[in-house]
Amino acid sequence: MVKVLDRKLLRDLTRLKGQALTIALVVAVGVANYITLRSAWRALGDSRAAYYEDYRFADVFARLKRAPDSVVNLLHDVPGVASAYPRVVEEVLLPIEGLLTPGHGQIISLPLHGRPPLNDVQVRAGRFPEPGRGNEVLVYEPFAIAHGLTPGSIIPAILNGKLHELIIVGLAISPEFVFAIEPGGMTSDDERFAPMWMSKSAVAAAFQMEGAFNDVVIRLEPGADERAVLIAIDRILQRFGGLGAYGRDIQVSNAILDGELAQIEAMVIVLPSVFLAVAAFLLNVVFSRLVALQRAQIAVIKAVGYGNSAVALHYLKMVSVIVLIGSLLGVGLGAWLADGMLDLYTRFFRLPMTRTRLDLPIAINAVVASFVAAVLGIGFAIRSAVTLPPAEAMRPPSPARYRSSAVERFPILRKVRQTTMMVFREIWRRPLRTVLSSTGIAFALAIIILGRFGKDAHGPILDLQFGRQQREDISVIFGHEVEDRSLGYLAHLPGVDQVDGYRSTPVRFRSGPRWRDSILIGLPPDSHLRRLFNRQFRPARIPHSGILMTDVLADILGAEPGDLIEVELKEGDRGTRQIRIAGTIDEAFGIQGYMQKSTLHELLREKPTVNTALLRVDPAREVELHQRLTDIPTVQSIHRKRTLLERFEEQTSQTMYVITLILTLFATAIAVAVVYNNARVSLSVRSRDLATLRVLGFTRAEISAILLGEQAVQVFLGIPFGLLLGTWAAKALLELQADPEQFRMPMLISSRTYAFAVVVILAAAVLSALLVRRRLDTLDLIGVLKTRE
Amino acid sequence: MSEPNPNSERSAILSAHDVTKTYRMGDVDVHALRGVTVPLYEGELMVLLGPSGSGKSTLLNILGALDVPTSGEVLYRGSDIATAGERELTRFRREHVGFVFQFYNLVPSLTARENVALVTEISSEPLDPRDALELVGLTHRMDHFPAQLSGGEQQRVAIARAVAKQPSILLCDEPTGALDFKTGIRVLEVIDEVNRSLGTTTAVITHHAPIASIADRVVTLSDGMVSSDERNPKKVSPANLTW
Repeated sequence: MVKVLDRKLLRDLTRLKGQALTIALVVAVGVANYITLRSAWRALGDSRAAYYEDYRFADVFARLKRAPDSVVNLLHDVPGVASAYPRVVEEVLLPIEGLLTPGHGQIISLPLHGRPPLNDVQVRAGRFPEPGRGNEVLVYEPFAIAHGLTPGSIIPAILNGKLHELIIVGLAISPEFVFAIEPGGMTSDDERFAPMWMSKSAVAAAFQMEGAFNDVVIRLEPGADERAVLIAIDRILQRFGGLGAYGRDIQVSNAILDGELAQIEAMVIVLPSVFLAVAAFLLNVVFSRLVALQRAQIAVIKAVGYGNSAVALHYLKMVSVIVLIGSLLGVGLGAWLADGMLDLYTRFFRLPMTRTRLDLPIAINAVVASFVAAVLGIGFAIRSAVTLPPAEAMRPPSPARYRSSAVERFPILRKVRQTTMMVFREIWRRPLRTVLSSTGIAFALAIIILGRFGKDAHGPILDLQFGRQQREDISVIFGHEVEDRSLGYLAHLPGVDQVDGYRSTPVRFRSGPRWRDSILIGLPPDSHLRRLFNRQFRPARIPHSGILMTDVLADILGAEPGDLIEVELKEGDRGTRQIRIAGTIDEAFGIQGYMQKSTLHELLREKPTVNTALLRVDPAREVELHQRLTDIPTVQSIHRKRTLLERFEEQTSQTMYVITLILTLFATAIAVAVVYNNARVSLSVRSRDLATLRVLGFTRAEISAILLGEQAVQVFLGIPFGLLLGTWAAKALLELQADPEQFRMPMLISSRTYAFAVVVILAAAVLSALLVRRRLDTLDLIGVLKTRE
Repeated sequence: MSEPNPNSERSAILSAHDVTKTYRMGDVDVHALRGVTVPLYEGELMVLLGPSGSGKSTLLNILGALDVPTSGEVLYRGSDIATAGERELTRFRREHVGFVFQFYNLVPSLTARENVALVTEISSEPLDPRDALELVGLTHRMDHFPAQLSGGEQQRVAIARAVAKQPSILLCDEPTGALDFKTGIRVLEVIDEVNRSLGTTTAVITHHAPIASIADRVVTLSDGMVSSDERNPKKVSPANLTW
C-alpha cells in the first residue's frame, strides 16, 4: 500500500513535471558524459595495456644505419635491458593500381624462426610467411581492406629500386602501429601507408643486410632506468650510425594514444562536474521555492506527529525520483554514446578493443555522483523547513526584505520605469542566484564553443600548411641524398612546372643536460615551394646564420634565441657542432630546426645535395609523371599534397561534426533548464504581484516583461562570461591535445562560432521563456483579490 | 419594496442590467448572480452589503471588468463592456477603474511611492505620486517598502495607488477586512475623503453592516439578487462609526 506521504510526493512531482524533467535531463547529460568518457578512457587504456602485454610491445626503440647481428649481445649486456630484438626495417614503394602516387610501405623483418619476441604481430587472416619463402609478406590489415586485398593477392613493391611481386599470405596488425603514420607523415592514411612483415632472409637479401640489422626494439627489466638505458644504447650504436634511441613516450603511435587518453582524462572530470553542478543549483532553486510554498503543509505534517527526519526523507525521496529518472536516462544515453565513441576509435586506432556493453562500476559511480550533487543542492533548501517549529511554519513567512541599493542613487536609475525597478530589485535581492544562473548560462555557451572551435582552426591551418607553406604539388623523398643537379633532371620530366629541393638530416639537439632527436632542414634562400609561416600566419625568414627552431623544441631543450646549442650529427662524420639559435618559430606541425641550405652543407662538410625534391606539376600530366618518378631507383617515397589534404580533412570532419552536434545539444539542455526553472520559480513567487498588475490594467506583454526580465538579465550577463569562459576552455583543451610534438592547432575561434553559440543560447532561452509565458494567461485575477499569499 | 430612487435624475456612470453569473463547479451549477440590476451614480459612495456567498464579490468583479456576466449588460457611460474582449477589458481597467484589495496587494519590491508610480506611469492623466500619497496622509512614509509599513499604512498606499490615475470608478473589496477597528476606521476615512475631494465614484463591498452608514446609498445582495437598494438618509463620517 502506498503511504500517504508518498502519494503526496508523486502528486507534487506531477505538478512540477516540467521542471523535474528539465532538471532530470541535465542530470542525464552529466551522467551520460561521465559514462561515455570514462568508458572510452578505460576501454582504450585497458585495451592498449592488454594488447601491449599480449604482443610484447617494446619499451625502447632505436634506428641505426647498419650493425652486425653480434652487436645485439652488447645491447643485452646493458643494465636494465631484459631483451633486445634486432630487425631490418626498410622503406619501399607500392605502385598499386588505382593509386595515383605509389603507396609507401615499411617492411619489417620477421625472425627466422618463430614469432617476433618483441613487437609481435597479430595475424587477423591467413598466416605468417614461411621462412625461406622470399616473396611472402604479411600486410597491414587496414591497408589490405582499403585496397580489397586478401591472403593470396599479389602486391607490387619496389625494394631497393627493384620491382617485386609479393604474395600476401596474411593480414595483420601490431601494437607498433595502433595509429599508423608513415615516417615523416602528418596523419594516418590506410590507403597509402602499409607496414608489412617479411622473413628476415628475404628483406636482408633485397637490401644487402645479411647478418646485420638497422633497427632494434628492447624490453626493459622492471624498474630499469630508461634514461640510463637510452644513453647506453646510443653509446653502443653511435658508431653504427645510430639515430638515437627513444622510449614509448616518443614512439609515434603510442604518443598519439597517450595524448588521446590525456585529453579524455581532463574532460572526464570537468564536463560531467559542470552538468551536475548546474543540476544541483537548479534543484536548490526549485526545492527552496517548493518548501516555501509548502510551509503550512509541513507544519501540519509535523503537527500530526511526523518527525523532522520523516519530512527530510520526504523531500529527499522527491529529489531522488528526479535524479533516478535522470540517471537512468543518462546511463542509457551514456552506454549508447560510449559505444559510438568506441566505434569511432576503432576507425582510427587499430587494436582489439575490449568492449563491455556497460561498465557497471562506472555507471554506479556516475549515479552516486549525481545523487551526491543533488543532496548537496537541496541540503540548505530542506534544512530550513525541517528545523522550523510547526507553529512558526503555520504562520505566513516574514515578508521578503527589499532595500534600495546605493546603485539606485545613480540618476539614470531614478528615471527607469517601476516595472524595470521591480526586475532590478529582484535581482539585487538575490545576487547569488543571478550569479549562479548566469554561470550556468555561461557554461552552456562555453560548451558550445568547445564543440565547434576545432573546425575554426582547421580550415585556416590546412590553408597555412598546404597552401602557403607547402606550395608543391608533389614531394619526392630520396633513399639517400642526391646531388643538387638531380633537380635539373626532375625539372625535365613531363608535367613538371617547377622544382625545388632541400636537404634534411637527422640530428640530436642538445642543450646542457637536455636533448631531443629531431631533424635539421636546410632550405635554399630563394625557395619558392617551401616557405615558413608561424601559427599566426606570419612569414618567417631563415636566418643568415644559426638555426631557426620550432618553439616547442626550444622549450624542450630549455633554450632561447641567442643560446648556443650542440648539434650531434647522425650522418657523415657524426660529429658534434655548436650552433646558435637565431630565432624560434611557432609553427603547427612537428618539431625541427631550419637553416640556410648552404650552412647545412658546411655543417655536414659535404657538397650541395638534396634528399627531398618539391615539384609543381601540370595536373593533366600527373599520371605520366608518377610513372616516371616510380622508375627512379633512388626515389624512396612520393607524396601528393592533395591526397594528404583530402585524408586530413576526411579524418577530422567526421569526428568534428559528431562532437559539435552532441555538445551543442548538451549545452542547450543546460540553457533550457536554467531559464525554464528560474522562470517557473519566479512565476510562482510573483504570480500574486503579476495578477495584481493585471487587475490594475497591465497587459500580458507588460507583465511578461517583468517576469522574464530577470531571466533576460541572467542570460545577457551569462553571454559575455560564457564567451570568455569558452575561449579559455578552448585554450586549455588545446594544451592537452593529442600529440603536441606532432601537431599544434592554433588558437582560433571564429566570430561565426561565437555567434552560433550566442544564437543557440538565446534560442534556448526564448523557447523556455515562451513555455513559461503561456502560464501567464491562466493567472487567477479574481483569486488574487482574496488571498494573502 | 424600496422607495423610488431620487438618484434617477443623476447619471449612472456604470451599471449592471439584469446580470446573471453562473459557474460550473464539477457537476453542479452555481448561480452566483440571478438577474442583478445595480447602477453606480457619478460621484456617489455606494456600499454593497451582503453576507459571504451573497454574490457581492462576483458583482464587483463584473463591474470591475475582471469577469464577464453569463447574461445581461454592463454599461459604462452607455457602452456595454459585458461583451468586450480581453484587451478591451484590460484597457477599461487601466483607464477607468481603481482597485483596493482586502490584502492590499502592494508590490513588495517597490516603495510606497514606487507602488503608486507603477500605476501613474501607465495612465494618461495621473496625479503626481507624492500628491496621491499626501491625500492619504503618507508622504512621510513614501520611501518605505511594504514590509516596513503597518497594515493600515499599506492599505492607504493601496488607496493612493488606486486613485493616482484619477479613475472614474474606485472599487474597494473588503478594504478593512484584514485590519483592526481603529485602523479600519482610518482607512474608511481616507476612502471617504477621496470620494469627497476627488468626486470619484466609489463602491465599497463589505459583509460588515455598520460600514454601510458611511454610504450615500446601500445596495444589499442576498443569494445572488438585490434585496434592497436604498439611499442612506443618515450618512455618518467614518470617525463616528462604532461596532
